[in-house]
Formats: sequence, structure tokens, C-alpha cells
Amino acid sequence: MSYQPRIIGFLCNWCSYAGADMAGTSRMSYPPNIRIIRVPCTGRLDPLFVAKAFQEGADGVLVAGCHPGDCHYAEGNYHARRRYALLHLLLEFLGIEPERIRLEWVSASEGKRFTQLVTDFTEQVARLGPCQAVGGQS
Amino acid sequence: MARIGVFICHCGSNIAGTVDIPRVVAEAQKLPMVVHAEDNEYTCSEVGQRSLREAIQEHRLNRVVIGACSPRMHENTFRNTVASAGLNPYLLEMANLREHASWVHGDQREAATVKAIDLIRAAVAKVARAQPLFARQIGVTKRALVIGGGIAGIQCALDIANAGFEVVLVERTPSIGGRMAQLDKTFPTLDCSACILTPKMVEVGQHPRIRLLTYAEVKEVRGFVGNFEADILQKARHVDHDKCLGCGICWQKCPARAPSEFDMGVGQRTAIYIPFAQAVPGKPVIDREHCRYQQYLEWQRAGAEGKKPPECRICEKLCPVGAIDWEQRDEMITEEFGAIVVATGYKTFDHSVYGEYGGGRYPDVITSLQLERLMSASGPTLGEVTRPSDGQPPKTVVFISCVGSRDDSVGRPYCSKVCCMYLAKQSIMLKEHDPEVQSYIFYIDIRAGGKNYEEFVRRAQEEAGTVYIRGRVSKTYPEKGKLIVWGEDSLMGRPVQIAADLVVLATGIEPSEGAIELAQTLHISYDVHSFLVEAHPKLRPVETMTDGVFLAGTAMGPMDIPDSVAQGSAAAAKVCGLLSKDTLALEPMVANVNAVKCVGCLLCQQVCPFKAIDTETLRDGRIVVRINEGLCKGCGLCVSACRPGAMNLRGFSNEQLLAQVKALTR
Ligand SMILES: Cc1cc2nc3c(=O)[nH]c(=O)nc-3n(C[C@H](O)[C@H](O)[C@H](O)COP(=O)(O)OP(=O)(O)OC[C@H]3O[C@@H](n4cnc5c(N)ncnc54)[C@H](O)[C@@H]3O)c2cc1C
Ligand code: FES
Repeated sequence: MSYQPRIIGFLCNWCSYAGADMAGTSRMSYPPNIRIIRVPCTGRLDPLFVAKAFQEGADGVLVAGCHPGDCHYAEGNYHARRRYALLHLLLEFLGIEPERIRLEWVSASEGKRFTQLVTDFTEQVARLGPCQAVGGQS
Repeated sequence: MARIGVFICHCGSNIAGTVDIPRVVAEAQKLPMVVHAEDNEYTCSEVGQRSLREAIQEHRLNRVVIGACSPRMHENTFRNTVASAGLNPYLLEMANLREHASWVHGDQREAATVKAIDLIRAAVAKVARAQPLFARQIGVTKRALVIGGGIAGIQCALDIANAGFEVVLVERTPSIGGRMAQLDKTFPTLDCSACILTPKMVEVGQHPRIRLLTYAEVKEVRGFVGNFEADILQKARHVDHDKCLGCGICWQKCPARAPSEFDMGVGQRTAIYIPFAQAVPGKPVIDREHCRYQQYLEWQRAGAEGKKPPECRICEKLCPVGAIDWEQRDEMITEEFGAIVVATGYKTFDHSVYGEYGGGRYPDVITSLQLERLMSASGPTLGEVTRPSDGQPPKTVVFISCVGSRDDSVGRPYCSKVCCMYLAKQSIMLKEHDPEVQSYIFYIDIRAGGKNYEEFVRRAQEEAGTVYIRGRVSKTYPEKGKLIVWGEDSLMGRPVQIAADLVVLATGIEPSEGAIELAQTLHISYDVHSFLVEAHPKLRPVETMTDGVFLAGTAMGPMDIPDSVAQGSAAAAKVCGLLSKDTLALEPMVANVNAVKCVGCLLCQQVCPFKAIDTETLRDGRIVVRINEGLCKGCGLCVSACRPGAMNLRGFSNEQLLAQVKALTR
């Protein structure tokens, strides 16, 4: 890969952030493009953050939280899932391909799954090339 | 002006082996507001922490970034360190250079170093916008509320009270004891249930620190950990328990009859009654529905038409102390508590959906709980097991297991856990009552995990001669005074037919009536079967996601007496741990509202899983929301739902997260 996409990951503190830690503890490896931001819960995620990330020059955004039913705050991830559906429409409206954003469930023990997810997603975003949308700076 | 210090940890070679540390330090030094950057061999070591403290003082740092391992590992350690150097512990941010960089990009030095620099930049951007936070201290009401007076609730109340705290035990029925009081003997030791239970019940009744409220229900609970307030409805008993001596003349002479709930309908009780002889309290209540005087009053209220019913009032005339009080009304009691335990237990599955077993249609098809009452020496038949239809002793008894257990088609996919064992018990007991009895048990699998449990089932087979047939029953019908049970022996692959005198259904376990309503007022979760849900199935088995609310016993799922008792004690230990504190520190990373921006749309209130959002009316009449910091857990759902941007989350504010996004997409 010559072109290196910029990917932002919003990970909930309780499951997915811990899952990413698990990937590290188990010395798994994935492409270094992702930059992780810790949020308390996927329900904390304002769609604005995602839009902002693209506007500032991100090429992909990964959102990961606890599996349905496992959210530390009981229902945050259900709200996130609903908002995500709307977010898709919004991004399309802004001219951003829906393939540039992904919402996934990763538990604290799924280091392997996280590794796979990041690898897949990085390849997917790399294929799309730089994100041309919004400010159009890139 | 922020003065930020950056500390990069080598973690031996864990980070330094991959990441070019001098370069990261050099880049950190160039970041805005960073006045000091250094690296340490191990920042978490004594030496590292000292260096951190000294740097804070020497460079007058007011913000700190540590690039090291995951914050899940050492955030608390470093919060304490910076606090000991006089800095607010929340003015610290960690960058995860180990789990998220060096360990996952071990073979890519350049990429890992670039990433590490990015992560440091994001952490600096975030901490620059951090506010000092202070954990608020709140008082603790040193009194516990235990809801449900079965064995789990009894054990829990006793343990808490014996540890020196006050307890209010609320039981819905007129007596404590729960299901265990209904049982005859208990597996696997065959102890007499009443013999081991009644001493505990009496202890509860006499305990100086336990206030027992029977015939009462919890209606509403407000507040949060350490500071709950509960409305408890004391139903009218029409008997003044302060005067009543429990002499029993009233219930011996009452002419009105009703099916006994305690005897599961196989016996009767009077309208003024105690549910069973050893009831605690041993003082009666009047069941308004069946009381003749109440029926008479009802007749009068309805216009006094038709035949005049008897006025009765026999109990009132006979009571030597004048304890009957017709004027008594339901009463709401409001009390404050620091902790709450829910131990509301179970009821058994309604077997009428299984038409093929004939329950409800044929009198000699009974449930296992009814059989317990028939076997009990203090039961309606004084321990003589007889057929409901003709009063004859049964000689051939067929048990059907998993009635409402492990059956998806009736919405009960789970195993009720105790049935295999009590079926073995009941077949052994029947044999002991009458050696001529032959028992057959239709089963799916025999589940006998537990101390001495497998041996106990073996005993049923070998000593009591119980015949276990693996398979389901397809129909049951009466013929010549017998019940013909058709089933399949799936091991032998052939049909079986048994002419039985009595058929016993092992009805499964499901949560008590009203479990959902109670869960809702307590803001605790329940699963698809309405069993209450623990905070963690392995590590926090008696806690809930609501701080200060605990669980014990079968309200949470099927379990036997030893497990219910263990949970009662476990919940008590948790309660005592909480009540032994004089104050609690509230988590400061919670939501906060900017009342100027709030438009009072209350969207936040709708999404809050913890009911932590209240409203208040400002002097100008505007309605705005207010966060109940005792209930807020800091998930941030309300913040992302707030359209005017009035809501924010301390420690993960919009400004902080946006600054991180900016720093990482630069
Ligand atoms: C036929 C049969 C035989 C059994 N035999 C054995 C045996 O031999 N050995 C063994 O170990 N286990 C046996 N068990 C299991 C045993 O009954 C339970 O493990 C035990 O009784 C559970 O106790 P508990 O306190 O959790 O619930 P419960 O005994 O159900 O007590 C719950 C109490 O809470 C009260 N309550 C409910 N809702 C409210 C409310 N909203 N407000 C106030 N109070 C409320 C109820 O009235 C009740 O008093 C048997 C079960 C059955 C069905
Ligand atoms: S805490 Fe992980 S999604 Fe809510």
C-alpha cells in the first residue's frame, strides 16, 4: 500500500477499547493507520464528531462498541445503532461514500476480531482513495 | 494558561523497543502549551513517579500527559501520583503507546513512532481543555431495605442486622418464609424444611434491628445509592397487631372458607387467617374478599337488594382484646434507605398450556408444589398423601419433568434447575410414606450437579426403586378410576403406557408476579423471562447496574435453597460494605447542563437509561433540566441527544473530543 489512509476509531471504554488493548496484549498486528479515541460509550458519539473527522481530513471512521445487550450503560449502543443509520444518510448527502464509515461490536475479549476488523476496514478505505468530500482540502 | 508536562515511558523495551522515544520527546516539546517533556524507563515505578512529582513542582505544571500503557491499566495509579503532587487528578491524560502502538506494530518502527507522536498530540489537545473535577461526597443512610421474605431475603436481613445495621424487611404475603415454608423435606439431606426455616423466621420476627412489614409492598423508590426513599404500602389487615396476642380463637371460629394460597389450593383456610401454623408474624389478617361481614357491607353499599347475607362479625365478638378493626385502611409508609436488596423469588409455571398432561381437567393431576403440601405433616391432609378425587392413597405415581422448562415452544427455553432433584426427593419420600408406592419419572435429562446430588438421584433409583423413563408424555386420560399416561421411552425406542393413580407435574420456575414493575421503579434490568439481571454474571453476581441495589435468590433465575442462602449472605456483605461508609464519593465524570442554552425539550430525559435527569423551573418561568449527579453514570447519551448543545460530559467534553479529532486528522 503506497497510499496511507487516515482512519479515526471511536471506541467505547468498556468493551471495544478493551478489545483493542487485548489485541496489543496478545501481540497481534494490524495496519498502523488507525488512531483511536476513547469514548465512555458509543452512545456518547455525536454524529457531529464523525462529520468533523471527515471535514478535517479523515478518510475513514470506525465506531466500535459493546455487543447488543452488553453495553455498560444498558442501551447506549442501541441509540448509537439508530443514529448510525441516520448518519449514513447524512454522509451520503455530504458526498461521502458510506463505505468510509463502519459501526461494529467488539467485546473486551475479541482482540482477534478487532485486528481483523481494522485490517479489513483499512484495506477497504485504501481502495476508495482519499476522501474528497466536504472541505475538499485533501 | 495551561502548562503541560509530557512523560514518555519506555516500559523497558515494550515501547522503547519499537517506538523512537527521543523523537517522540522532541516532537512533544514543540507542541503548544507543553513546557516540559521527558522520558522514563518505567514511569509507573517508584523512581518514575518521583520524577513525575518533581517535574510537576519544578516546572509548575498544571496539566500532565503520560504516554505509556493503556489507561485501563494505570490511569488510577497516575491520578494518585499527580494528586500527591498537588494537582487535580483529572488534569491528567494518558496516551496508549503500548497496547495501541508498539505492541501491535512491532515490526514497523517508523509507523509506530509517527502514531505515537499523533497520540501524544491528541492527548495534549485533550488535556489542555480539561477542567479540574471534584468527587462530591454524599452521606449514607445506614438502613437497608430487603424486599421479599423468602429464604434469600430472610438470610440477607439477618446477616445485615447481625452486622449492626437496621433493616426493613417487606413481604407481600401475611407471613415470611416464602416457598421454602411450603416444602416438606429438602434435598439432598432430607432435612425437614420447616425445622430448619422456622428458627430463622422467629429470629427475624424478634430481631431488635429488623422491622418486619408483612402484607406490604414497595410501590415507589426514589433517590440513589446511599440515599433512597421508598414508599411502602401497608395493606389493611383489619386486625390491630399491637393489640393482637395471636391466640387463634378468631381463625378457629371463622365460618368463611377460601382456597389456601399457601396450600396451593389443595387445602382451605378461613377469611381471617394466618397462612400456616408457624407463620411470622403469628397474627392474622382479614381477607376482605371472603370475609362475610365485608360481603355484607358490600351488599349494603350496592343498595341492599335481594336476600340479606349474614352480618357475621364472629371474630370481633370473640376477640378477647378487641383487636379487630374494621376501620383500618391501607397506609403508605415512607422510609429512607442506603441500600436495597431485591429477593422476590419465584412462582411456578402455569401448566394449562400443556393440554396433553390433563392438568386442571383431571383432579388427580397435581403440581409438585401441591404434592409438597400433601406430604407435609402440617399440610391439609396432615401428611397423608391422598388422591384429590377420592381421598384414596395412590400406589402408582407418574412424575412428568420439565413442564415449562427447556421448552422453546412455550417460551421457556431455560432449565429450572431444581426439578430433577425435587422429583428424586418426592419419589423417595413417597416410598417412605408408603412402601407400596411405585414411582415413574418421565425426564429429558437428569441434571444433578451439586454436592451429593448425583448420589441422591442414585438413591431414588436404587433404594426407592423409582423408574426413570427418558422421554416425553404425549397424552393423559382417565379410565376406570385411573389416569392412563401415554409416553415414549426414547432410549428403548418404544411407547409406554402406565395406569397411574396420581400424576405430578414438575412445573418450572418463573419470576414472581410484579417483578417487572418492581424492576422498573428500581431502574434495574430484567431479561426476556423477567428474571432480574445481575451486573456481571460471574464477577458481580448479586449487584445490579444501579449502585446500591442488590439481588438475591430466585428472583434472578432458578436456584435451590443453598444457592439462595449463599446469595442472601453475599448481598448482605455488599450492603454492609456500603453502609459501613459514612460518606460516598460520587464519580465526577458526569453530565452537566448549561441552563442558558437548555430549551427544555427534554429529549435527554427520554434517552437517559438511569432516570438521572430532573427538571427545574427557573425564576423567569423557563423549564430546564438538572442532572442528578447521584444517578448519572456518565455515559453521555444525553450529550449527543442534546440539540441546542446545552449538555456536556465532564472528562469527555465536546471540546475535548473535537480537539482530539482535529489533532489526529491534521
Ligand atoms: C416443588 C418444589 C420443591 C423444591 N424442593 C427443594 C428442595 O428440596 N431443596 C432445595 O434446596 N430447593 C428446593 N426447591 C427450590 C426452593 O423452593 C427455592 O430455591 C427457594 O425457595 C428460593 O427462595 P427465594 O427466597 O429466592 O424465593 P421465594 O421462596 O419465592 O421467596 C420470595 C418471597 O418474596 C415475596 N415477594 C414476591 N414478590 C414480592 C414483592 N413485590 N414485594 C414483597 N414481597 C414479595 C414472596 O411472597 C416470597 O415470600 C423446590 C422448589 C419447588 C418448586
Ligand atoms: S459501553 Fe460499550 S457501547 Fe455502551
